[in-house]
Amino acid sequence: MVSTPDIRPSPESFLEAAHAEDPTPSSRGKLKIFLGASPGVGKTFAMLEEARAQKRSGLDVVVALVETHGRSETAGLLADLEILPRRRIDYKGQTLGEMDIDALLARKPRLALIDEFAHTNAPGSRHPKRWQDVMEVLDAGIDVLTTLNIQHIESLNDTVAQITGVRVQETVPDAVLARADAIELIDLPPEDLIRRMKEGKVYLPQQVGRALENFFNKGKLTALREIALRTTAGRVDADMLAFMRDNAVQGPWPAEERLLVCVNEAPVGKTLVRAGKQMADRMKIPWIVATVLTPRHDGLNATARHACQDAMHLAETLGAETVTLRAESDAAGEILRYARTRNVTRLVIGRARWPRGIVQKLMSLLREPVSEKLLDGATDFEVVVVTASAKTEAKRRAAPAFSPPPSVSRFSAATLEACLAITLATVFAWPFWSLLPVASIAVIYLVAVQVVAFRHGLTGALLGSALGFLAYNFFYTQPYYSFAVEQYEAVLGLMVFVISSVVTGLLESRLRAQIESMRAAQQRTETLFDFARKIASATKSDDVLWAAAAHSAKVLEARIVIMTPDAAGALEQVQGHPSIEEDLDPAALGAARWAFAHAEPAGAGTGTLPNSEWLFVPLATAAQPFGVIGVRFLDLKRATDPEMKRLLLAVEDQVAVAIERNWLADDLATARIAAESDKLRAALLNSVSHDLRTPLVSIIGAASTLAEGGEALAPQDRQALALTALDEARRLDSYVQNLLDMTRLGHGDLKPKRAAVDLKEIIGRVRTDLARILRRHEIDIRIARDFPMIDVDPVLIGQALANVLDNAAKYAPEGSAITIGAEVEGMQAVVSISDDGPGIPEGDREKVFDLFHRAARGDGAPGGTGMGLAIVRGLVEAHGGSVTAGPGPNGHGTRLAIRLPLAPPPLGEDGP
Amino acid sequence: MSETAPRILVIEDEAPIRRFLKIVLASAGYEMLEAERGRLGVERAATSAPDAVMLDLGLPDMDGKAVIAAIRDWSQVPILILSVRDGETEKIAALDAGADDYVTKPFATGELLARLRVLLRKRAAGKAEPSELEAGALRVSLSARTVAVDGTEVKLTRKEFDVLALLMRHAGRLVSHRQILTTVWGPAHVEDTHYLRIAVGHIRDKLGDDAADPRFIITEPGVGYRLKA
Repeated sequence: MVSTPDIRPSPESFLEAAHAEDPTPSSRGKLKIFLGASPGVGKTFAMLEEARAQKRSGLDVVVALVETHGRSETAGLLADLEILPRRRIDYKGQTLGEMDIDALLARKPRLALIDEFAHTNAPGSRHPKRWQDVMEVLDAGIDVLTTLNIQHIESLNDTVAQITGVRVQETVPDAVLARADAIELIDLPPEDLIRRMKEGKVYLPQQVGRALENFFNKGKLTALREIALRTTAGRVDADMLAFMRDNAVQGPWPAEERLLVCVNEAPVGKTLVRAGKQMADRMKIPWIVATVLTPRHDGLNATARHACQDAMHLAETLGAETVTLRAESDAAGEILRYARTRNVTRLVIGRARWPRGIVQKLMSLLREPVSEKLLDGATDFEVVVVTASAKTEAKRRAAPAFSPPPSVSRFSAATLEACLAITLATVFAWPFWSLLPVASIAVIYLVAVQVVAFRHGLTGALLGSALGFLAYNFFYTQPYYSFAVEQYEAVLGLMVFVISSVVTGLLESRLRAQIESMRAAQQRTETLFDFARKIASATKSDDVLWAAAAHSAKVLEARIVIMTPDAAGALEQVQGHPSIEEDLDPAALGAARWAFAHAEPAGAGTGTLPNSEWLFVPLATAAQPFGVIGVRFLDLKRATDPEMKRLLLAVEDQVAVAIERNWLADDLATARIAAESDKLRAALLNSVSHDLRTPLVSIIGAASTLAEGGEALAPQDRQALALTALDEARRLDSYVQNLLDMTRLGHGDLKPKRAAVDLKEIIGRVRTDLARILRRHEIDIRIARDFPMIDVDPVLIGQALANVLDNAAKYAPEGSAITIGAEVEGMQAVVSISDDGPGIPEGDREKVFDLFHRAARGDGAPGGTGMGLAIVRGLVEAHGGSVTAGPGPNGHGTRLAIRLPLAPPPLGEDGP
Repeated sequence: MSETAPRILVIEDEAPIRRFLKIVLASAGYEMLEAERGRLGVERAATSAPDAVMLDLGLPDMDGKAVIAAIRDWSQVPILILSVRDGETEKIAALDAGADDYVTKPFATGELLARLRVLLRKRAAGKAEPSELEAGALRVSLSARTVAVDGTEVKLTRKEFDVLALLMRHAGRLVSHRQILTTVWGPAHVEDTHYLRIAVGHIRDKLGDDAADPRFIITEPGVGYRLKA
């Protein structure tokens, strides 16, 4: 036999399959997209036909939202379908009808029709985009049919814009498209489409008018159709490839190569990302978008930082893996190192286009752009250089928010100091100008310029050198007091002067940037360390949350609030910084609830309820979400900053770990308590069944004998039976009393009504109550006549003493003495009860106070409830006293010592 | 036995207790009237003019204190409370509302009948107060304001004498702190139980009584005092 080569699905195919099945396939709805090359090809029509077919086969179908655009043939198809009413949103005096997502989720049909996948919702809706609504509907387990034109696909946005000259703002990320379970291309030859349009069957929104009419010419339509066909074909190809991998079909698919797109703050970033997406799709390989943060990055202005963030954000929506690398200076080296570790075969970089500023132009002379370095170093990669058409990019950045020119104040400070330094240098050089050669005078200026450069970086250096140059020229080169230059030597000197100051300035500014970045990093590390230490020592969840709020507020420069669900499941604010009670508006509360319910971030900077000023991130342990942390950045724009996101996630992680640790500790304690209470419950059950039943047996026996045959019994037997019943009933009564006392002690609602009372009075009362029990013993009371008052509740302590005396009478032999004594010890009275009983073994002296402990005795021993002494301890401790057991005064028997607080001496006996 | 047996109204919702009390009371020569609800009890007390009332504090329809207050509106009939143990607060409230004494459930019949006898005797004694009172070895002359134990005269202060005389007048009955303080020290001093405690301490010393093994004055912790009858 010829052995066939071992063909197995590759690890990647397993991963992919696992990924595809990720969010529980059975519960997630299926998405089908009807894709068209342009409006009017009949997507909605096709969708409705499918819906009707499904309905006929018995499926629960609901039209969540369909735009008929006034087309009667479409409206006709809607006739017998259930249509959900739209939600009316008032926006700037207009009433907009949007899909009512809550009504749809509540209705929960099997299949929902949601037209125009790329639609942008009215401001104030839950999600800014309709495709986000659709995602939520799918998550709820509802199948969705929707429609989409190819110009709305994010990665095709550039291409379509180039063909049609119209750039649409409503786009759908490719990653979302990739989640569709089926894509059906609705194809119509351009000729037919144009005919339909001429017949008036294609409705054109009036506000678009002429621009869209331009759209419908044959050339453009053909190009669009080709893109649509190619996209669908690519998708089919990908499905085929996945199938082949899953089933280990041997085939010519590429090895796991990767494409790496490098972006920075240059405006070309987004174009690079889209180009990368297309290339990766064509090559059918995974792609990565990377950016490198260097110390220089911290010094960038907000616009530049946002450009970088936007590009990364776009990459995420297009389904790329995004990474942020860090490097001290060699960004290119870092990219290449990373690329090699990830099996990257192709790099996509942008052509550096230096901005017009003179400063930057000078800089570019001194510093080689990263792209050049990459080209030099990337000998083992295929490198694609993309140049942006600056026009489209500029157009895309619609109405950038006005931001003041960076560091105006710094600039004026630099000017001021530069003037000052140069003036000083001029004055200082004045006495020397006749003594020294002119070139040496320049050195004095150079020192001044370097001082300014040191303090203000490159700006200072340039300002200083310009001023220095002018002053030097004016005062010290011929002709004097003129800006004219005559000597060649002086010109050379000036050149050296300018170059050396710029170099110094550059070095200084870079050094300063590095120092500042290091300082910031150090501060971050310190606060993170501080935070870690704080929560490591926090033993209560509340402390952890407090530390988290305080730390996040400091690091993120934001207001923080932490919310957890209360008993009813409603979120409430439990911690916060700087305020624990934030006034959250309905949008913020909605975001908090959504984030908690879906375990995903919501609010500012996310795709859900982004018009809230607050960003909410769920706090979750491995097992479950337990709350949300809300962030309101002092600078609202920072909500989209990936660095902020990273910091927030770091906090969230640590909090979750700490909370989980606390929970585990709590669980352990609870388990221990539960085990103990189980033991106690078993003992109680045992005690109840035995001690409650035994007396009842005697009572019922005696009483039934008396009731049934009383006359036949001898009088003394009748008497004996009655006494038995009486004794047992009393025993039962004391047992029930013990149980009640124990319950009161256990519930902790025992509040002694303390007063200064005479111990002897309490003993007197107890003796009266126990007269019957104590009748066979001699009670010897040894308490001084003037013994001070004690500060106790006379009823409760009476109960405690009664239990002790009852116990003593039970164990001490008949006729022996029970001695009650009392002494003063410091601020306490020590009441001792001694008997001549068998005593308690040393090892048991603590245990006798445990609930349901009974001293092991012979058969003849009287039965107890096992509660008496436990109650004594409970009652005495409720008074701040203590009780201990020890051997009797003569070495035999038992002596119980009860310590009770003495009453403060009366303030003069002036009363009576 | 007198020609008419004293009539005792028992207001108690538990049928077995009523049944057992009926036997006990009949055997002691009393006639028992019954009411199983508070409202009915108040009505019976008005219509059948009993010689004493036994009232359970835990009635389902009415608060025991309300029953006492309703009866006290128009009648000074002795009221004996049947209360559960540990119900000190309730007991005191009932006594303040006008009840005369209490027995703690479960009770021995001997104790119950003794309490009842004291209450009925007091009623029979009527308004004519004797000038001399006697309880065991204790003899008090109200007119001469003298006290003798076993025939030996004992000197008491004015307040001490008033306290002892009050207890003697109600011998065998519980006298609450409030009652003694109001009578002897005046209504402004109802909370000053330490006056009373010190006075009783002195009385005991002078009478040669021992609180831990009382011969004359019994302490009812937290409630009041009782002179042994």
